[in-house]
Amino acid sequence: MAMDRTTLVAEVEKAFGARITEKDLAGFEPFLRCEPATWPELARFLKERCGLDMLCCLTGVDRGKGQGLEAIYNVEACDAKRCGISIRIRVPLDNPVIPSVEKVWQTADWHERECWDLVGIRFEGHHNLVRILCAEDWEGHPLRKDYKSPDRYHGIKNNVV
Amino acid sequence: MSSDSATTAVNAGDLRTEEMLLNMGPQHPATHGVLRVMVRTDGEVVLDCEPHVGYLHRCFEKHCESVTTLQSVLYTDRLDYLTAMGNNWGFCMAVEKLWGPELVIPERAEYIRVICQELNRIASHLLAIGTYGMDVGAITPFLYCFREREKILTIFEHICGQRLNYNYIRPGGVAYDIDDAMLGMIRDFCAYFGPKVDEYDDLLSTNDIFVHRTAHVGVLPVKTAIDYGCTGPVLRGSGVARDLRKDQPYGIYERFQFNVPVGTGERGTLGDCFDRYMVRVREMRESLRIVEQAVKGIPGGEIRSTKIKGKIRPPKGEAYTRIENSRGELGFYVVSEGKEVLYRVKCRAPSFHNISVLPAISRGAMVADLIAIIGSMDIVLGEVDR
Amino acid sequence: MDTQTLVEWVLGENPAFWPRLIGVVAAWALPITIWVSLVGLISIWLERKISAHIQCRLGPMEVGPHGALQTIADGVKLLAKEDIIPDGADRFLFAFAPILAFAGTFVSFAVIPFGPDLIIADLDAGLYFLAAIGSLEAIGVIAAGWASNNKWSLFGSVRAATQVVSYEIPMGLAFVTVAAVAGTLSITGIVEQQSGMVWNWYLFRNPFMPIAFISYYIASLAECKRAPFDLPEAESELVSGFHTEYSGMRFAIFFLAEYAAMYVVSALACVMFLGGWYTGIAPLDRAVAASGLWANALGAIVIITKSFALIFVQMWLRWTLPRIRLDQMMTLCLKVMVPIGMFTLVLAALWQALVPEGSALDAAGHPAHPVVGSITGMLVFVLLIVGGYMWVRSTIRGTTSFRTANYKV
Repeated sequence: MAMDRTTLVAEVEKAFGARITEKDLAGFEPFLRCEPATWPELARFLKERCGLDMLCCLTGVDRGKGQGLEAIYNVEACDAKRCGISIRIRVPLDNPVIPSVEKVWQTADWHERECWDLVGIRFEGHHNLVRILCAEDWEGHPLRKDYKSPDRYHGIKNNVV
Repeated sequence: MSSDSATTAVNAGDLRTEEMLLNMGPQHPATHGVLRVMVRTDGEVVLDCEPHVGYLHRCFEKHCESVTTLQSVLYTDRLDYLTAMGNNWGFCMAVEKLWGPELVIPERAEYIRVICQELNRIASHLLAIGTYGMDVGAITPFLYCFREREKILTIFEHICGQRLNYNYIRPGGVAYDIDDAMLGMIRDFCAYFGPKVDEYDDLLSTNDIFVHRTAHVGVLPVKTAIDYGCTGPVLRGSGVARDLRKDQPYGIYERFQFNVPVGTGERGTLGDCFDRYMVRVREMRESLRIVEQAVKGIPGGEIRSTKIKGKIRPPKGEAYTRIENSRGELGFYVVSEGKEVLYRVKCRAPSFHNISVLPAISRGAMVADLIAIIGSMDIVLGEVDR
Repeated sequence: MDTQTLVEWVLGENPAFWPRLIGVVAAWALPITIWVSLVGLISIWLERKISAHIQCRLGPMEVGPHGALQTIADGVKLLAKEDIIPDGADRFLFAFAPILAFAGTFVSFAVIPFGPDLIIADLDAGLYFLAAIGSLEAIGVIAAGWASNNKWSLFGSVRAATQVVSYEIPMGLAFVTVAAVAGTLSITGIVEQQSGMVWNWYLFRNPFMPIAFISYYIASLAECKRAPFDLPEAESELVSGFHTEYSGMRFAIFFLAEYAAMYVVSALACVMFLGGWYTGIAPLDRAVAASGLWANALGAIVIITKSFALIFVQMWLRWTLPRIRLDQMMTLCLKVMVPIGMFTLVLAALWQALVPEGSALDAAGHPAHPVVGSITGMLVFVLLIVGGYMWVRSTIRGTTSFRTANYKV
């Protein structure tokens, strides 16, 4: 099922058509964009039909300036000679919800927890969406651009100005 | 069951006693740092376990959003502190990618990077197999491994003045040049180290007790490994020859002759602890081959690209790169706004994935096996928790 | 010279109760206490130096010549340390457990000889006494683990219970084998029969004794909780197991008990198989047997040297081998060592009964014609050692293919 990136994108476009809202294959990071609602279906398609069985990386980015949050999934085949693709999903800051894909790739379990913890994107359907790196009672999501570091944590003063 | 079963001798179910909840870590000698594992046991048998991470969270990604690109390199040292060269390189590669193909890294710098990374991989694997021996109760190999690792650290100290947190590979090249005396040291080390690997084989790989402790233990099936995103020796131990140095050669790796050792289940089942261990031992030999070739072929010339001068302002854009670090695939996703400070840095840490598979493969093992499994994953908590 | 004679020699015939008690304590307990502490000091120092040299280190070098006084310095440190009893611990048992563990080992010294006359209590059932009193340590260890109110300690103590109780069977079988050949349970009786040349040692008495010896030695490693049987302590698994919660002097007592136990099992191996205080050279043995100060001094040197040689092997193994797992430990005991022990016992007894050389003894209890039994015994011993060595070498040599094979390019 060896596939180069053009065939891969063609396959995806054939199956999803207009539901792929943006396509950029010229940059350093070729990516496709889709709506959150399309994502579980697309994820399953990528894994089962295109053989991209590895979710390498899930990056949450706060795009700032009212552009909302973005989740960037780097999906790849374990046989690394085949190409991968990255999928970007943008969600508004006030309701950052993306369906969870932990059922598709187990990796997503911890990655989604981390993304929730640090960026604050809620992954719907995740079986245990709790903080993973920060303390359980931590407030806020540190990697959001509007995040203010707390002055105190359990009586420990924050000395960083 | 017949009606008189109540009067017959106790069946197995009746002998079951209370389950025990065991808190392993964050202070435990075998969790390689501050990993905490909640273990539910029935006697000595592990019914279930759940790793809790985050005890060493140092806000790496947050730091990178507040310090300059060059200063961020320093923080990458602290991720996988046993392979700091690899971290430097991975981060610098991501940043360099933002310039696109017009940024060319000088040949000499590429060679130096390969030499340092492979020496560092050997040092890291030495520590991995040494502590692994200690996890299963053999203390002596650990000190032998440290003797060799010491020599590598001394070489690094000569090269960049540091023994652990090198901050040596910088965007566009490396920080300092290496001279003939250092190359001589590396050559001496290559000649010295080859036979030493055989010593570890004698002490551990062929030791009957060691084989019995690791073979058939913690079997990680290929499908599970891929599903959990395991990479590096953990994935290769399950028999998948995925090595980015071969599959997507970065730097100048396509110039070197080396093999990718994979697990074959030679002493037990494919993907057991022994396979993961053995992959590391063999990788040390392969890394040594690469170092030998690189030392032979190293050209003269510049060590830093002239394109990057003074303050580093990566062009606007996004880039994701991975390198094959000693624990697996180390990826960096970098978003730049064209300023001196990066907009977002995300680190895809191999140990983070490798340890997440622990519950899946340790059910039904014994407590002693759980230690062996954690050890065979060779995690570095600095990288898991970032 | 036994205790009774000693006390009567000092205090006269039929002393009153209290002077007698004090006399017995002085004659009995003081020398053992001193000797046990000495054994502890020496073997802890040896362990440090041996492990260091095995691991390309120097070990302690600062306190005293070659660090010889390091153990004393550490002892002082442990004395000065705070004695912590964890919350929720069973305070009485917690304090009592180290004493119980130490008492078992300590009492064993009563029947461990140092020379023809240097034995505190020459019991008729010396071996039996040792087998019985040896279990006392296990009770102390179990109590310690349970009283600590720590799950890791509990794991350690349950492991200790499993291990010590299981390995008493192969150990007991070795005792019985020796008793069957010797016809006596008395320690001095057993040693006396081994005087003369080296082939009179029980190790070579018949072709099955070498097997009994190796079986006993492995079981004794497990009894002392030494690697590869250090499961109850397993610092990388159980965080030191049953003595996790112990600090200061209580910990020191456990530590001392462990090293004293090493000496006890090694000295016992010397008594049962290696000719006790006899040198294995007939003219010298006649000098040792002569009784008197010099004979006893020579005997003491011989048996202590032999014991420390065995202790050295214990240390050597500890710093070379990894730890085995609980189920493997039980498999080794119940499926391998117990059957072997049984067969050894039956075959040794049959040999004794059926082979004329086995039963024909001269007045001293030595085999009248040592040729058949001893030569086969020596042959078996040499075969076992050489075979074991070859087996180890072959597994290592097997790596030539092992080192290069299995690459996917």
